[in-house]
Amino acid sequence: MSHWVIAPLLLPLFTGLVLLLGARLGGRTGLRVQRAIALAATAALLPLTILLLVRADGGGYQVYALGNWAAPFGIVLVLDRLSALLLVLTAALALPALLYALRGSDTAGRHFHALFQFQLLGLNGAFLTGDLFNLFVFFEVLLIASYALLLHGQGPARSRTGLHYVVLNLIGSSLFLFAVGTLYGLTGTLNMAELAVRVAHAAAAEAPLLHAAALLLLVVFALKAALLPLYFWLPRAYAAACTPVAALFAIMTKVGVYAILRIYTLIFGAQAGLLADVALPWLWPLGLATLVLGAIGALAATELRGLIAYLLVVSVGTLLAAIALGGPALLGAALYYLLHTTLVTGGLFLLAGNIRRQRGAHGDQLLAVAPPLRQPALLGVLFFSAAMAVAGMPPLSGFVGKLALLAAATPGAGLSGAQTAWFWGAVLGSGLLGLIALSRAGSRLFWRTGDAPAVAGRADRLRVTAAVLLLGTSPLLSLFAAPVTAYTQAAARQLADPSGYITAVLGHDGRSAYALAARETRP
Amino acid sequence: MELLFAITIGLLTACGTYLLLRAHTFPVVLGLTLLSYAVNLFLFAMGRLTTGRPPVIGQADTYTDPLPQALVLTAIVIGFAMTAFVVILALRARGELGSDHVDGRGGVPRSVERSRGEDRP
Repeated sequence: MSHWVIAPLLLPLFTGLVLLLGARLGGRTGLRVQRAIALAATAALLPLTILLLVRADGGGYQVYALGNWAAPFGIVLVLDRLSALLLVLTAALALPALLYALRGSDTAGRHFHALFQFQLLGLNGAFLTGDLFNLFVFFEVLLIASYALLLHGQGPARSRTGLHYVVLNLIGSSLFLFAVGTLYGLTGTLNMAELAVRVAHAAAAEAPLLHAAALLLLVVFALKAALLPLYFWLPRAYAAACTPVAALFAIMTKVGVYAILRIYTLIFGAQAGLLADVALPWLWPLGLATLVLGAIGALAATELRGLIAYLLVVSVGTLLAAIALGGPALLGAALYYLLHTTLVTGGLFLLAGNIRRQRGAHGDQLLAVAPPLRQPALLGVLFFSAAMAVAGMPPLSGFVGKLALLAAATPGAGLSGAQTAWFWGAVLGSGLLGLIALSRAGSRLFWRTGDAPAVAGRADRLRVTAAVLLLGTSPLLSLFAAPVTAYTQAAARQLADPSGYITAVLGHDGRSAYALAARETRP
Repeated sequence: MELLFAITIGLLTACGTYLLLRAHTFPVVLGLTLLSYAVNLFLFAMGRLTTGRPPVIGQADTYTDPLPQALVLTAIVIGFAMTAFVVILALRARGELGSDHVDGRGGVPRSVERSRGEDRP
């Protein structure tokens, strides 16, 4: 049992604790010490997670039993290709967001850096855990940190959206506990691998209750992922958050997508007997509708940050519609698209911060006529390339991602003609709407300016660098599309066959008599 | 006992849901509290309702399931902390938006100060 698996949890946990103490130092020295520690820890997370990715790519599952209590009695962390991929993605997004925050955003409140680390702890934990209740706990860790980060810097707009966000997520947590309680009451376990075995062997009398629990979980994850009836909180919350926090939150919706992907392939997947694929009939129409409504929202947005938040909603709709269609090839393409969209959206949020600083009192209002930007060429080129990447124009990663998605969603790949038509129509149509929205925003920001001289100073180097780092991943993803796609396809194949996961965690594939015998002996 | 327990949970959930749908922060906080009580009782009941049995194997003929009790403890701790947080947040929103409506409707903002750490020149 290798101890590296738990390192992405321990590093932010201890860094966060040290930073809580460091905040007591106060003054300029205190701030400098905090920044150095936070930067070192976040930068160290990247090579660490890449190391785990290389290990996961070796093929096997890495199972870490906490306290050496064997599954299903103890809590396990499970590292596979999918979780390793998301760990790397989190670290790659967090570092530029933190770099941006070092230029002053972190001084608006006392514990920014500690909260940032706890947020990373919650994210990494949610991606690694193999226990359903533990997933709830890590969701709470990341939510509590995100409540405070969303409110960081205060102000009326943040208080209002923060209240909505907190109350909605608290209701979500209650529903999560109801679902977890029901599953435990019926199956007597919370270990995901053991749950998969028990659900697959569920008696017909228990199936309706299990079905209810599965759909209750879907509601919770859909709230996190911002699926159709539950996305209305997202655009306002993300538009009100301070820039580095909004960039980091680009991964938050992907936690919901990850949870849906994990739970509905492993526990309620194709092999789950009476409960096979319970979520798919809901995911498919809701995903498509999210995609379309997100694109319309992007077209109607009057603020740059609101526009980016709606583009995030579009990406979630695309991902969930692709997940609902299923099939390893489509799933692999969806994972590549997930990488692209998270990094580029994060980069767009950082770029919007840079643009806002040069537009005087008008901020990122798209309808206002602001003084011209100080550096229109630099910011304009960055905005143009980011817009190309998001809209899916060649040669950037959005093009590769969407092309792979569309190529995998054909009647030849086992889909019906209607499904193909809807998916192609929605993805291409929303791409066009996104392109129109972005080009309109770009022309307003860079060309429709007043005659007055530029009011703002030059952009800060570090802030621009942070945005460039994130946006620069798009050509890199496009350049190294072959190895990245090979990896995501392997991850998708691993997901599609959960017996490997179950064997790795439990030591047997659940088909033996042991699993059924153990079930009878419950009091 | 089961029937009484189920009715209690159902009543708490119904009241909690009703209060959550009120548009003012105080009823919403109360609704969240009632809902979390309902969740805690529900989790507890998932170990099956038994009386007079130890949660330890080998002490008596039968035992009661200790795991839901541990889950409830975790849920209580998290729920309690979150209630405290949401109360403070509601007070702050009341102060900043000048109204206890969840959308800040009908209020005159008392504070016009902008968010700090903003990207402004």
